Amino acid sequence: MEEQKWDQSMGGFNAASRSQMAEAAAGGEESQRTLYPYVTGTSVIALKYKDGVIMACDTGASYGSTLRYKSVERIKAVGKHSLIGGSGEFSDFQEILRYLDELTLSDHMWDDGNSLGPKEIHSYLTRVMYNRRNKFDPLWNALILGGVKMGPKGAEKYLGMVNMIGTHFEENHIATGFGNHLAIPILRAEWREDMTFEEAVKLVEKCLLVLLYRDRSSINKFQVAKITTEGATIYPPYSLKTFWGFSHFENPAQGAVGSW
Amino acid sequence: MDVPAKGGFSFDMCCRNGMMEKKGFKAPGFLKTGTTIVGLVFADGVVLGADTRATEGPIVADKNCEKIHYMAPYIYCYGAGTAADTEAVTAGRESRVVTALALLKSHLFRYQGHVSAALVLGGVDCTGPHLHTVYPHGSTDTLPFATMGSGSLAAMSVFESKYKEGLTREEGIQLVSEAICAGISDDLGSGSNVDVCVMTKGKTEYLRNHLLPNPRTYVSSKGYSFVLGQTEVLATKITPLKQAEVTIGDAMEE
Repeated sequence: MEEQKWDQSMGGFNAASRSQMAEAAAGGEESQRTLYPYVTGTSVIALKYKDGVIMACDTGASYGSTLRYKSVERIKAVGKHSLIGGSGEFSDFQEILRYLDELTLSDHMWDDGNSLGPKEIHSYLTRVMYNRRNKFDPLWNALILGGVKMGPKGAEKYLGMVNMIGTHFEENHIATGFGNHLAIPILRAEWREDMTFEEAVKLVEKCLLVLLYRDRSSINKFQVAKITTEGATIYPPYSLKTFWGFSHFENPAQGAVGSW
Repeated sequence: MDVPAKGGFSFDMCCRNGMMEKKGFKAPGFLKTGTTIVGLVFADGVVLGADTRATEGPIVADKNCEKIHYMAPYIYCYGAGTAADTEAVTAGRESRVVTALALLKSHLFRYQGHVSAALVLGGVDCTGPHLHTVYPHGSTDTLPFATMGSGSLAAMSVFESKYKEGLTREEGIQLVSEAICAGISDDLGSGSNVDVCVMTKGKTEYLRNHLLPNPRTYVSSKGYSFVLGQTEVLATKITPLKQAEVTIGDAMEE
């Protein structure tokens, strides 16, 4: 009896895979593309400062409405001159990191004394994202690419973003996801040219705190990263102090018993 | 069948609406007015603020509309057209903010969210300063600072980073203005000017157009004149209006 059941289930499985292969053989491939994201990272924010670019985000990845993973690194160094931060589908972000690995490896193998700068990597990512979108198979991410490279005019800072439909631009301060609504207003009001590292971190923390309060998928564990001409540094994760001591929060129904 | 109209939502039209939609007649969608409205509690009272842009889809219908609604001597309500209902609160006694709140929420709950009013209600009464938000389905919150509308996230980012308890009147006005300015510059549905309303015990100050951060940048110094003869006249036809005589009784009987 049990053997029969086993055969049935295996048979069912085989039947499914057989039909898939048959379809593929016939040319009508079963859809393998990303239709909706599953494991997602929330906002990433970045801004240019005196010595380079600073980038920050939380270390959480949600599975729908569950905060499934709490120690995820969503900012990585790319080559010698750049940092990439990604929000959206985490598996697609990992795939992008693999593409960038191949890219930087073959760049290194040229051994010509030149290395890909942030502008080139941003351009590469834009092409990848846009072409995938045109095939109706997007990489479900919003990526921030920041870096510094020595050029003819000295250290040239670069900060740009590209998203799943291929929209890309360059700016002094960038945010993805909820950061667009909650962090950009603060950055637009308070960003200045030539901020010191400490000032930049303070500004970034201001934005991260607002995101922590108001974005349901953010967690109180952040990573800050910076890229300068000396290279990339990704700092260990830390938490921010929150304040909940408003008198109105202590007894909200004081004026109206029965309400909240 | 006579159903006594006693309150609760009347579902009479729903059957008919459903039938019409099936036949292909799409119900007219309501126009959302993008906006930024905010409120905060300071040491002596409440400050409310709003932008002044009214939109009809992608077009700005009114560049300088008034989003504040007077409800009672020291209670003001910012939001979308709901002043009339709650005016009749006073009857020889001083009104309370929570009364206005209760009236608003029961009215909105009755309409199950179909009355799309999202409001910031603030005021000072005999029990002190109060600030509430009211949502279309009838839920309310009591908060030290609140923002609503399409520009609410931009304004909230300002409040969350800068609000403290016990602000002075000037600090309160400054913070509210900053929050509305964030909505005006970072939200497409909000724009033009900043209206502020300060309520303290026994005194209300309505600062209409407190800030004008979007002035018209170019105005011709010579003014604009339209002289006769500037436009070539090709032909003239004058039809005088004649007074028509109507005799009542001359029926169209033939």
